[in-house]
Amino acid sequence: MNWFDSWALTLVTFIPIVGMVVMLIIPRKEEYSIKVVALLTTVVTFGVSVAIAARFDYDAGGGLQFDVDKPWIDTISSRYHVGIDGISLPLLLLTTFITVACVIYSWNHFPKPHTPKAFLALILVLETGMVGTFIAQDLILFFVFFEIVLLPMFFMIGVWGGPNRSYASIKFFLFTMFGSAFMLLGFLAIFWQTGTFDIPELSAMAGDGIVGSTQNLIFAGLFLGFAIKVPMFPFHTWLPDAHTEAPTVGSVLLAAVLLKLGTYGFVRIALPVLPDAAIDWAPWLGLLAVIGIIYGALACLAQSDMKRLIAFSSVAHMGFVMLGIATLTDIGINAAVFGMVAHGLITGMLFFLAGSVGERYGTREMSRLGGLLTQTPRLGWILGFLAMASLGLPGLAGFWGEFPAILAAYNPLDALPLETFRSYMVIAAVGTVLAAGYLLWMLQRVAMGKVKPEFEQTDVHDINTAEWIAWSPILLFVLALGVYPDIIFGVTNDAVAQLTATAFGG
Amino acid sequence: MLRYAWIIAFIPALSFFLILFFGKRMPKGGSEIGIAALGASFVLSVVAAVQWIDKVESTEGGEGGHALGALGQAFHVAGEAGHTVVEPVLASVSWFTLGGVDIRAGTMIDGLSVMMLFVVSLVSLLVHIYSTSYMEGDRRYTYFFAALSLFSASMLTLVIAGSTLLLLVGWELVGLCSFMLIGHWWEEGANSDAALKAFFTTRTGDIGLIIGIVILFFGAGGTFDIPTINEMAVNGEMSQTVLTTASVALLIGIIGKSGQFPLHTWLPDAMAGPTPVSALIHAATMVVAGVFLGARLYPVFFEGFHIADGGLNAMAVIGGITVIIGAALAFVQNDIKKVLAYSTISQIGYMVMALGVGAWLAAVFHLFTHAFFKADLFLGSGSVSHAVHTFDMRKMGGLRKVMPHTFWTFIISSLALAGFFPLAGFWSKDEIINTAGKADYDFFLVVGLVGAFMTAAYMTRCVWLTFFGEYRGAEHPHESPKAILVPLWILAIGAVFAGFLNATAFDIHKFTEWVEPTSAFPEVIVPEFSVPLAVFSFMVAAAGVAVAGAYYVYGMGPRGLTERNASARAGYTFLENKYYLDHLYTDLVVGSIKGPIARGTYWFNQNVIDGVVNAAGTGTRRVGRFTYDVIDQKIVDGSVNEIAAATDETGGLLRYLQSGRVQRYALILFASVGVLSLALVFAN
Amino acid sequence: MELNLFLMLAAFLFCTGIYGVLARRNGVLVLMSVELMLVAVNINLVAFAAFTGAIAGQVFALFVITIAAAEVGVGLALVLLVYRNLRSPDLDNLDSLKG
Repeated sequence: MNWFDSWALTLVTFIPIVGMVVMLIIPRKEEYSIKVVALLTTVVTFGVSVAIAARFDYDAGGGLQFDVDKPWIDTISSRYHVGIDGISLPLLLLTTFITVACVIYSWNHFPKPHTPKAFLALILVLETGMVGTFIAQDLILFFVFFEIVLLPMFFMIGVWGGPNRSYASIKFFLFTMFGSAFMLLGFLAIFWQTGTFDIPELSAMAGDGIVGSTQNLIFAGLFLGFAIKVPMFPFHTWLPDAHTEAPTVGSVLLAAVLLKLGTYGFVRIALPVLPDAAIDWAPWLGLLAVIGIIYGALACLAQSDMKRLIAFSSVAHMGFVMLGIATLTDIGINAAVFGMVAHGLITGMLFFLAGSVGERYGTREMSRLGGLLTQTPRLGWILGFLAMASLGLPGLAGFWGEFPAILAAYNPLDALPLETFRSYMVIAAVGTVLAAGYLLWMLQRVAMGKVKPEFEQTDVHDINTAEWIAWSPILLFVLALGVYPDIIFGVTNDAVAQLTATAFGG
Repeated sequence: MLRYAWIIAFIPALSFFLILFFGKRMPKGGSEIGIAALGASFVLSVVAAVQWIDKVESTEGGEGGHALGALGQAFHVAGEAGHTVVEPVLASVSWFTLGGVDIRAGTMIDGLSVMMLFVVSLVSLLVHIYSTSYMEGDRRYTYFFAALSLFSASMLTLVIAGSTLLLLVGWELVGLCSFMLIGHWWEEGANSDAALKAFFTTRTGDIGLIIGIVILFFGAGGTFDIPTINEMAVNGEMSQTVLTTASVALLIGIIGKSGQFPLHTWLPDAMAGPTPVSALIHAATMVVAGVFLGARLYPVFFEGFHIADGGLNAMAVIGGITVIIGAALAFVQNDIKKVLAYSTISQIGYMVMALGVGAWLAAVFHLFTHAFFKADLFLGSGSVSHAVHTFDMRKMGGLRKVMPHTFWTFIISSLALAGFFPLAGFWSKDEIINTAGKADYDFFLVVGLVGAFMTAAYMTRCVWLTFFGEYRGAEHPHESPKAILVPLWILAIGAVFAGFLNATAFDIHKFTEWVEPTSAFPEVIVPEFSVPLAVFSFMVAAAGVAVAGAYYVYGMGPRGLTERNASARAGYTFLENKYYLDHLYTDLVVGSIKGPIARGTYWFNQNVIDGVVNAAGTGTRRVGRFTYDVIDQKIVDGSVNEIAAATDETGGLLRYLQSGRVQRYALILFASVGVLSLALVFAN
Repeated sequence: MELNLFLMLAAFLFCTGIYGVLARRNGVLVLMSVELMLVAVNINLVAFAAFTGAIAGQVFALFVITIAAAEVGVGLALVLLVYRNLRSPDLDNLDSLKG
């Protein structure tokens, strides 16, 4: 199986592209075959990623596995270097898993204009970009994949989006491009300082060869690139617009995977490559993170549109992830990776629900909705389940992203100011109450109470087959991760320990 | 069984899923699964209790040897407890690894857990049986039983948890279930409001709990393990700062969950849920979770608050305030369940106060006895409402004759609650008061006595309005069916006899022996039984009944005091009135408590505390709106849009150059070539 | 013969060409003017080649003639298409590139 080991990551990255090419050959009218090809492609990709997970050596999760290192662009000594460790693996699986769910969900839910071929092709391109970002071990390669993601999402919002789609898509594109530009500058600066783009090599150096002040400047560039993607306060304003306008599947992918590219960038590149700068920047990262937690929650309370509320809740939840990262400790970064996966599943699923509710009632205004539990009980219960998961109820996935982050903030890295982080901890804990506030408030307005007269006569059907198939695995995972968090902690522990040991001396 | 106690919690959890997925297809809508599961849990809990008692007795090597069961041994006179140490039974499995720390999920079984297992599974089982009749025909019958099962599972998890993390899991799940059950009839906005209020308020307290757990995690050197934390606290291996901050934080958690002042306002509202739920959540189990936490991590509180030193400490003060405030509010309620709810607040206040004054055993013992009679009272009120279809006591009266069983069980439990010798409440309440007096907490001794007086008085009012006098409603009341009466009688029997487990007057110390931890436990003072104090506290309770009876039953004392301007004729009335002493008592004591103090408290409760809660809610909404409208949309988003607009304008200026006419472009081209060549010529 | 004469002729032709390109609206005339400019350049090339004796200039002139032929072919095709689409050879109508 050596063949598999050296080709697995390449396969998982480029199978979607191959699938897309096959799909492009099929005439537009043969919708069924197009859907089948798209589904097969994503399922095969998922299968390969599961095979990777099965062959992954969990006792050596700290080092790179399935490593491939070939020359790519020799002139700038950029190499095709891919590999995964314990931090990438969960995110890789999350990506391939959510994409399958998205394709199944789209089966008969294509938003207007109804053009499955283009829509599915974009999803596949998106998958390549997302997977590639998580496995790239070369700064340029990382950047390329990071940018590939932008285009399909831009078109997805711009073509299949809501009434205000052009504004939202352009805002999304420009905002993230703006950040990427600075990020690229940062990458180039790293290259000129060290002479290499190779991430493991740079991590091993742990900032040697780059003086402190330069590190800080470079970190600023990377920070802009990643923080906009996360998004951190105050760079988050593209997110609600993009989410509100994007088609359901677009929102799901945006929330579930795209936002993680930013936090993953922090963990994979910013922290290990520039550890001294990370220590200088961490209090500020933490500050923005807790502001995001409170701010996102407050903004949620002012929303009337269900989908927009969920979008703002992402700002709050990614705040917890960033708080975990800012502590620069084992516990904090483990919590962050867990938080990424949990948020991906839960919020992604919430967007599925918001989409389905909007589709059934033709509105997502919470003041007009009500009594979901009466009309479509299953949909209502799932909404309740997810609201609970999202507000961090122990026993469901959300808790293990939040609680350890709070735990870590009490005791951050020794070099960091203790009192500051302890105040952050208290603020973050207050944030959990606000989270309960807006989520249950939403649940009350949407699911409880009586059906509004306007929809009493509407024939609203409960969850259909495609929705069941797409959703039930996600729901199961939310429960399974909550009950037995070692599914993820067991994978990430070694990798995170190695990361912090190299970067911050244990 | 002690090592496998997790099974006790696991059975109801399994039952939750079974009911959820198969309940609707079962002939009795899933209730049989729930009852079977809880029955099994109860049996296993009893087995665990017997094994634990066995372990204690055999370790002590005392006579007795093999225990036959809790009640059978009750009158057995124990030998000297001695200083033998009975370690809790620990069992754990690796749960997950976080940042190099192996986090274990495990159970910690000692006397306290066993006692709680017994109480929780018993009350839960009875509530299940009761609900089959009470909830009959409910549109979400199956779902109700599923939620009950989950609730029991969570509470059982909470009490057997061996680590603070697992305790937190159970704690939050209990909160979730209370949300589901209080909001059971969510079609009505008021019910879902109450459910939300309960969840928010307890969650606010949970901030404290979470922070406390975090502080203790690092204070104990990176572990959630409860025995380790306790041991380190007792041995002084944690700094005083850590212990004090942790205790304050955890106390906030207790305040939230156990309905203590000033976070008690959710509890009366939570009566919106079905009555069996009130019995389960608000009497016997969920609200005592806070007390349980206090008892479980007692060394932390003991050291953190310097409880051994006497004087005042936050825990005792909070408990003391709650005792009085809760009891005073119970006077002005017309809803029978709200009387009981305020009574619960007050009684839990007793327990917290007891913990605060160092009366660990008394607090836990009161928790134990209170579970019986308070659950009985709630179920009794449910039985009454089953008959008259209302909770309003003004529409009841005279039910004594039509509902004899409900009446007698209600009377027994009320007397037990009021602290009448020799019922359960007498022994536990007396123990609290007694210890408070002995442990340099004289002030709280007085609070305890005042509370006892008020308790007796408001229960008299409640019983009188419900069961005596003439029937004032329009329905035709009838006695409830057996499924309701059997649990009532079982609990009533418990309310009579539970107290004898620690009837110190007869030198019975079984409860102390079985439940009080012997390892990792601070040196608490356990006083001898004091006959004068016991007699006095009994008389206080009797006086409460007498005074309330005089006022409500015989109409003694002036009515409409608040409407009358008494000041002008005050002196005249003062002289003319024969019953000067009666006046003194009724007006000054009962009247002021019932009138201004209770009303004032209620006003304070509704307007100030509730107002602050509501204002905090609306204020947050407003801040949210402001943040969104002004800061987010105008300032933050506005600046982004400004940049885009500026770029757009610059482009607009340049567009004049781009006419689209090739010839103009050519002209520009040639002109610039011309200019450039001229420049070249002149430059040279 | 003096070199100046050739250069002046070339300059005159070139200026005529520029005038044509800039001022005429008819596409065909513009094309012809472009040809004039090319011819002017050719004259210069040939003249310089003759006076300096370097053969490269003449070679370049040949190249220019070849390219000019091709250019006229493409240009005329374009004009023809413009005419077909707009029913006029007028270049002012072609302003879709306007921003």
